[in-house]
Amino acid sequence: MTNNARDAILQRLQNSQPSFDNSDKPVSVETPEWPIKERIEQFKSILESVRAEVHLAHPDHWTDTLKSLAKKKQLNNLLYAKKGPLGKMIEDSWDNTEQPVLVNNEGPISEWKESLFFHIDAAVTSSRAAIAETGSLVLWPTEHEPRSWSLVPPVHFVVLDANKLYNTFAEVVEHEQWQQDMPTNALLISGPSKSADIEQTLAYGVHGPTDLIVIVLT
Amino acid sequence: MQQSAEFHTRVEHALANGQIKASFRSAMDGLMAKRKAAFPDTEALEILRLHGAQIRANSLSKLPELLEQLEMNCHKNGIQVHWAESIEDANNIVLTIMQNHQADLLIKGKSMVSEEMELNQFLEQHGIECIESDLGEYILQLAGEPPSHIVAPAIHKSRQQIAHLFNEKFPDIPYSDDVDRLTRNAREILRKKFYAARVGLSGVNFAVAETGTLCLVENEGNGRMCTTVPPVHIAVTGIEKVVEKLEHIPPLLKLLCRSATGQTITTYFNMITSPRKLGEKDGPEEIHLVLLDNGRSRIYEDDELITTLRCIRCGACMNHCPVYARIGGHAYGSTIPGPIGSILEPQKAGLDKLGDLPTASTLCGACAEVCPVHIPIPKLLNRLRYERTRNDHAGATLGQSSGRTVMEAGTWKGWSWVHSQPRLYRLAMYIITRLRKLLPQRIGPWTQVRKAPHIAPKTLHELALKEGFNDK
Repeated sequence: MTNNARDAILQRLQNSQPSFDNSDKPVSVETPEWPIKERIEQFKSILESVRAEVHLAHPDHWTDTLKSLAKKKQLNNLLYAKKGPLGKMIEDSWDNTEQPVLVNNEGPISEWKESLFFHIDAAVTSSRAAIAETGSLVLWPTEHEPRSWSLVPPVHFVVLDANKLYNTFAEVVEHEQWQQDMPTNALLISGPSKSADIEQTLAYGVHGPTDLIVIVLT
Repeated sequence: MQQSAEFHTRVEHALANGQIKASFRSAMDGLMAKRKAAFPDTEALEILRLHGAQIRANSLSKLPELLEQLEMNCHKNGIQVHWAESIEDANNIVLTIMQNHQADLLIKGKSMVSEEMELNQFLEQHGIECIESDLGEYILQLAGEPPSHIVAPAIHKSRQQIAHLFNEKFPDIPYSDDVDRLTRNAREILRKKFYAARVGLSGVNFAVAETGTLCLVENEGNGRMCTTVPPVHIAVTGIEKVVEKLEHIPPLLKLLCRSATGQTITTYFNMITSPRKLGEKDGPEEIHLVLLDNGRSRIYEDDELITTLRCIRCGACMNHCPVYARIGGHAYGSTIPGPIGSILEPQKAGLDKLGDLPTASTLCGACAEVCPVHIPIPKLLNRLRYERTRNDHAGATLGQSSGRTVMEAGTWKGWSWVHSQPRLYRLAMYIITRLRKLLPQRIGPWTQVRKAPHIAPKTLHELALKEGFNDK
């Protein structure tokens, strides 16, 4: 059925392909370019306007920030990637007796889905890049930091290197030449999950995290 | 499918309902203000709109090639591509995938194409439960109603109505009309469904031919849940949603988010390029892409009507439409309401079924002014009004000439003939002006809400002659 449909649809489209006037010059859209300090300010203010938290930290001491924020939220546990880019620093700075308890699981999610869905309070992941114009984090989830970590736990901590803060989405795509090798899943995350489906009233924490907390390393 | 009388009944019903009118008025005012604030620089907006229009027009001009490229790249990435001529085909494709996985529960992200397919009803006839997971769509599923807006589907419902609905369906959960509480309740109910479902379904906002990537725009995270947690993901989309290059996505995303709700960007922009790869710990093991035609290739045949297919479904045209704001989304009786629905739906279903929709417009032009991809909606509304009454059987529009009546056609033929015979024309005008008092004061629907036209005692010719104008 579907092969016939394919050929019939394509045949019809080919037979009636329109002749557009392509003489229009492509429009050139100017993209903003801010110095790094302004980029960070823009990124921070846009994210905060959608109720995300943004904290600046020193690259050597960010785990202190993470720890104090996690304590303040009274989290019981924190999911982290042992083999991910943040793993070693987190382990080195965490005491075994400290709250929240560090949790790691390298197995396929299907093997510990219940625990992820109903018992994990928070997860911490790295971020590949970010976008100042829209206050967006760019995540390319990996085998160490799977995609559901930034989605299922109610609190999501993200650690971002300020040097990876671009001006616009277009700039990231072009600079990193995304079209050459797209990952399984690429994500832009620009705040905690939200909805305005009831009377246009914003409510946070619908299906994804209720809290998005970004630690920017400067 | 509706007939004319049903449409008019629904419109009257909507106009008589104060709550619906108030809900839409305040929601539309809010959305218009938010869009305006999101585009503070008018010049930059105009450049961006032109850019968006060019990207979409370019993609359409290469549509068959891009669809083949998309299919090839999806295959390379491990996504299975299915083609559907009709909604029956598309429904059967989804059903077969469900049956192959012995799945009896489908968790759904927001998809207007699945509404077009009436997928939920179809699958339920085959014993498969469908759960809508977008908050607005979920509320409507509980209420047994279709969406009334493509971006904000439950906009016609008040908080109290939603609270009563939840209370009726889930008596164990304490009653609350607090928006945060209602949202939290829905989160808890649906989380169990995301957890349990073996198959998730989503729509597609843009499909990138160059990389075989499916892009999804959303705020709630339900779209990500549906495409991340279940082992199987089915994406359904119309064949027109393909875009040539990845670099085309950032400008379209910017136009879509800002035009739709005035947001700088939505919370999530989800780009899916392949099923789970070796070593990855989550994500679906199988992804299916269903490409639906259902009349789109017929719209494609016409060099003017093809612009309908540029639409990126932002809903700005309905937010700015004075007719939509008064009658609401349900009155249209089509999957997609508002100005874009009034040109798209009659072309898909046929003018014989939805031919009244192009008349549900004042042609004020607000829709075309805000359209992020420059679809000339008023021009196309006029074109479809013409298609509905023309009878030269040229062109491909379904249901062409279905609105032509002997009475109307005869009247205009007579009008045209009289106007080409000067003597006869003057005689006719003389008689009409002299007998003006005898002309009927009630002329059909026109005089239901207006006075009959007042005819002058003398013709313009007579007055001009009297003023000394030369008649030669």
